[in-house]
Amino acid sequence: MKILVTAKRVEDPESKIKVKPDGSGIVQEGLKYKINPFDEIGVEEGLRLAAKHGGEVVVVSIGAKEVQESLRHALAMGAHRAVWVNHVGPLDQLGIAALLQKVVEKEKPDLVLLGKQSIDDDQNQVGQYLAEFLGWGQATFASKVESLESEQEKNKAPAIQLGADGKTVRVVREVDNGLATLECTLPAVVTTDLRLNLPRYASLPGIMKAKSKPIEELTPQKLGVDVALKIQVLKLSSPPPRKAGIKVPDVASLVDKLRNEAKAV
Amino acid sequence: MPIVLIVAEQQPDGNLRKATLNAIAAGSQLAQKAGAELHLALLSKDPSKLAEELKGLGAKVVHTAAAPEFEHYLAEVYAPAIAALAQELKADYVGAASTAMGKDLLPRVAARLKAAMATDVTAINGSGADVTFTRPMWAGNVFAEVKLTTPVKVLSLRATEFPAAASGQGASEVKSFTAKIEPSKTKFVDFKEVKSARPELTEARVVVSGGRGTKGDFKEIEALADELGAAVGASRAVCDAGWVPNDLQIGQTGKVVAPQLYIAAGISGAIQHLAGMKSSKTIVAINKDPEAPIFQVADYGLVADLFKVLPELRQALHGLK
Repeated sequence: MKILVTAKRVEDPESKIKVKPDGSGIVQEGLKYKINPFDEIGVEEGLRLAAKHGGEVVVVSIGAKEVQESLRHALAMGAHRAVWVNHVGPLDQLGIAALLQKVVEKEKPDLVLLGKQSIDDDQNQVGQYLAEFLGWGQATFASKVESLESEQEKNKAPAIQLGADGKTVRVVREVDNGLATLECTLPAVVTTDLRLNLPRYASLPGIMKAKSKPIEELTPQKLGVDVALKIQVLKLSSPPPRKAGIKVPDVASLVDKLRNEAKAV
Repeated sequence: MPIVLIVAEQQPDGNLRKATLNAIAAGSQLAQKAGAELHLALLSKDPSKLAEELKGLGAKVVHTAAAPEFEHYLAEVYAPAIAALAQELKADYVGAASTAMGKDLLPRVAARLKAAMATDVTAINGSGADVTFTRPMWAGNVFAEVKLTTPVKVLSLRATEFPAAASGQGASEVKSFTAKIEPSKTKFVDFKEVKSARPELTEARVVVSGGRGTKGDFKEIEALADELGAAVGASRAVCDAGWVPNDLQIGQTGKVVAPQLYIAAGISGAIQHLAGMKSSKTIVAINKDPEAPIFQVADYGLVADLFKVLPELRQALHGLK
């Protein structure tokens, strides 16, 4: 089974994001970067599927040369090879999905795994656009029934179940008020939710080995994709700060404040 | 005249998802600013009951399509039907509430319409052709004003930022249409609902939430919630641990709530959790750790053991529901 997974490079989720005074972007100084956490879950799931059913995990990232760090991270986790779409400058979700479509048409994977959203844009769109562009089925927000502390998780079993004939996958989706299960005919697009798995750490031998794994370089021009922006970000701003609250000494004062000051109860 | 088309969402139990009412209110706000007409769309196995509910909410027309294929929501079945309707109406804007369905469906509709999309829109700015949208990025730490430059524009609307549309705004015309149904490569297998007698999390006036500090024991959280007629929420950590169902998770990757009162017990207040509750009117934090980041957004903080103070709080608030 050939699995294509995405590896977007994003700001570390623990970093404090500050808007530049003129609203033109965020302050880059002091920021750390890493692979988008949802994509990391996609890489892990791809590796588990490949370990169980055999096959290859190909990781793809789009952006300037720094995104190779995310690709190397995925390779160090165990992905077999990487595709880098070299593009400097902003992209929107339409452009990203159009580029991925070309990579998919070239690679012909059985399954494409993407994070359900990237933690910078928070758009939650690319997987769905891609599925429609390809005319494939989609299962978004893939999750599982067991907790992340379960025995099954410790055994690193894939949560995405391959059908007996190898032509379908069964995916449990996290939706409002519960879990929905879908069966998708392959090839298909699946986007990962946080509770699909716990990604492994890259081992030192894994990191060493990743250095010699191939990264193929492509460009939007080579792929024949026009990535002109259809979503223009005009201005960024900080959300209005909440006014500082107070600490209360006991339950009685809390109830008093809720009743008489906030009038919340 | 330009057209704003809002897609209504039918829940698995057959009822209208309440967030649809907020999306409709956002749609009429957009229609007003863009000088457009508001239309609604409803796909259902039997749309008659919900069509009645959708009448009189300020839309010019409620478009309904009935088909057995609409019984269980599937993006591949719903998207062609909605996109074809949007094309037939020459809709300029297509939107829905930012629910799991809205987020799954709309990008697929947008792809068909070659449209750009803004997710989780919190405000609509400007007027006429210069309408722009405000949406959160980086877990709600940044708000972006965006302009969509494709002829058709697609939006998912964050329910907590818009009022619920009220009835009594003139009768809408109800028109049935024959939906375009394409074969789907995906099959619905089943849906396991997490049933609760408590109010729905995203609609509750009061939310009581528990985190790691509960060590998985939600009895006191639930007892306080029941005393207040509140919904129960949770941080990511307790959902990951399997202590409570995933659909209780509040945060960037879970649900976004903005109740009148949010009580966070044993929740440290990670960036990703704050993204889901920072717009609550009054925030109370109960935590043993005085340095927990949750205290930076809490109006009232109590540094204490939740197992000790939650029962006290419940008694003090007894009979308030």
